[in-house]
Parts: sequence; structure tokens; C-alpha cells
Amino acid sequence: MEQQPNLNYIKDLSGDDSAFEEKFIAVLKEEIPLEKEEYIRCITAENYKDTASIVHKLKHKLNILSLTEDYKLAVIYEEDLKKGDSSLNDKFLIILNKIDVYIKNL
Amino acid sequence: MNCIIVDDEGAARMIVEQLCSKIPELDVIDSFSNAMDAMKFLNQQAVDVVFLDIHMPGFTGIDFVQTLKNPPRIVLTTSDTNFAIEAYEYEAIVDYLVKPITQDRFEKSIVKIKTALEKSKAPAPVTTKAASNAEDDIYINIDRRLIKLKLNEILVVEAKGDYIEVKTTTKNYRVHNTLKSIKDKLPENMFLQIHRSYIINFTKIIDIEDNSVLIEKSVIPISRSNRPELMRRLNLL
Repeated sequence: MEQQPNLNYIKDLSGDDSAFEEKFIAVLKEEIPLEKEEYIRCITAENYKDTASIVHKLKHKLNILSLTEDYKLAVIYEEDLKKGDSSLNDKFLIILNKIDVYIKNL
Repeated sequence: MNCIIVDDEGAARMIVEQLCSKIPELDVIDSFSNAMDAMKFLNQQAVDVVFLDIHMPGFTGIDFVQTLKNPPRIVLTTSDTNFAIEAYEYEAIVDYLVKPITQDRFEKSIVKIKTALEKSKAPAPVTTKAASNAEDDIYINIDRRLIKLKLNEILVVEAKGDYIEVKTTTKNYRVHNTLKSIKDKLPENMFLQIHRSYIINFTKIIDIEDNSVLIEKSVIPISRSNRPELMRRLNLL
């Protein structure tokens, strides 16, 4: 079954600090769409080195959102990209769309 | 105990700030989205600990550690486990936290930091280089004549095949010798190899732009591997 994103890690981290939680979600809402956009720009340009860098940033977001299986795919994909292999692009885009939709609905 | 946070991701900086907020004796003085701004800050103010991301564009966390003259205690924060072995080659690095960082793991890191600070209040050395030989002159052999050059007049030494060219403020000299040979004779407090073909007198630098330095009218390339050491030697504001 496909993993769905959640805020468990953020809630653990924030404890009773709801201000932190709100502020953190605002940062995710700001960063994830920009990083997704940057990812699409780099992969479209077949700039695999920069694509690997943006996947590196995004894989941290996957961990934050408790997407441990998607994180594993991102780890492999980042290494593949460094070797010029972008064959996991389609799968990674599905993950990106999933977190993008989730973040927008928070 | 005070600290700064260096990470190009806003979300990652916020997480470390939140983790720090749960440690009463730890004050976050500032956060930086890039290593260069953090370096400028550290040149003006001492801190006990730096929470440092490794993977940053342009200037990585490892470059940062190599560049600092007197690094404070450093805790690396990263999504990679690949750098762990390299990280512990530096005495200043006391811990290595893999993201996402939990409060429990962070608190263990604080214990390590406290232990390291107690062991020594002195800054940790990054490298151990031989002491400089502070002579004022060097003699070069040209056509069986030994010509004395004042060290502070030498600008650049360039490797050109099986000879080197020594460029001074007044004249250039072509000498049958190797770059390594002259490098060993030049004092480290004045000269630095910044490229496999160039040694510069870094007191003569006019400016540095991207991957080159300007000395008088010469633009000298800086290789990526030599850049951290050059940055370490500079008195950055």
C-alpha cells in the first residue's frame, strides 16, 4: 500500500508549540513548490548534476513527511542522476505531486 | 553554550532551531543559508558550536571545515551517511546527525559537545602544516649566476613545462626547476599554491572573483581543491 504523507515528525518536534508547527508548515508550503519547479526545470534541461542536488533537498522533505519508502527511492535516484541516469523520473514525479497536493491542503 | 546553524534549507534550519530551543543552556545566536556568510560571522565572533549542513551549493560543509582557521566544535547535519568517515578526519567535528534529527539523538549530541568543550577550550586545529621558513630572500640560479630575489617582491611562480617562471614586481625570471622544489623553499605565511601550475604571493592579491585571483595585472586560476586553503588564509570581513 502506498505511503501517505503525515506531520507526525513535526508534531513530535513541536510538542505543544503550535506556533512552531504553523510556521514550519508555512515554510514547507513555500519551499516544496519552488523545489518541485526547480526539479522540473533541471530535469527538462537534462542537467542531471543540478537535478541530483534538488533531489537531495527534496529527499529530506520526504523524511520530514514520514515517507520512508519514497525516501529510499530518492536516495537511489540521486545516485543514479549523478551517473546520468534519469530513469526514475516518472516515479519521482508521482511522489512530488503527492507531497505538493498534501502541502497545499494543509 | 552558544551556536550558529548553517543550512541552505529553511525547513532544516527551523528544525535545528526547534531542537536547540529544548536545550536550556544552548543559545542560537544566528542562522545562515550559506557557508560564506557563516564564515564572515565566525571571523568576527567566536561561537562554541556550529550545526552545519554538508550538502550546500557552491561551498560545502567540508569546504567550510577545511577553510576555518580556528574552527569551533562542529556538528554535521546531513541527509547522507556517505560523508561519515571523512567527517571524523577533522578534529573539530564532534558529531554527525542524519536528518530527520530526533530530539533524543540531538540530546546525545549535546552531551558529546559538552564533553568535547570540557576536554579542551582551545580551538581544534584543522591541519598541521610545517612551520614557515621566514627568510627574506631567495636565490635563483640563472645561467650559472645566483640572483637574489626579495620574497616580498615575488608575485607569482608559474610552472611552464620543465622550467618555472618567477614573476616579480620588476622583472620575470625563467628558471630550470620544478614548482614543488620552489614551493618547499617559500614561506607558507606568504605563499600558497592555488593551482597545479601556480604559486602566488597571497599578500599581493588585489581581488578574488569566482575561480580566479587578480595579482597586479595577472589573472590566476584557483583550482577547486586549493580554494578552501586559500579562503582559510584570507582575513575575511
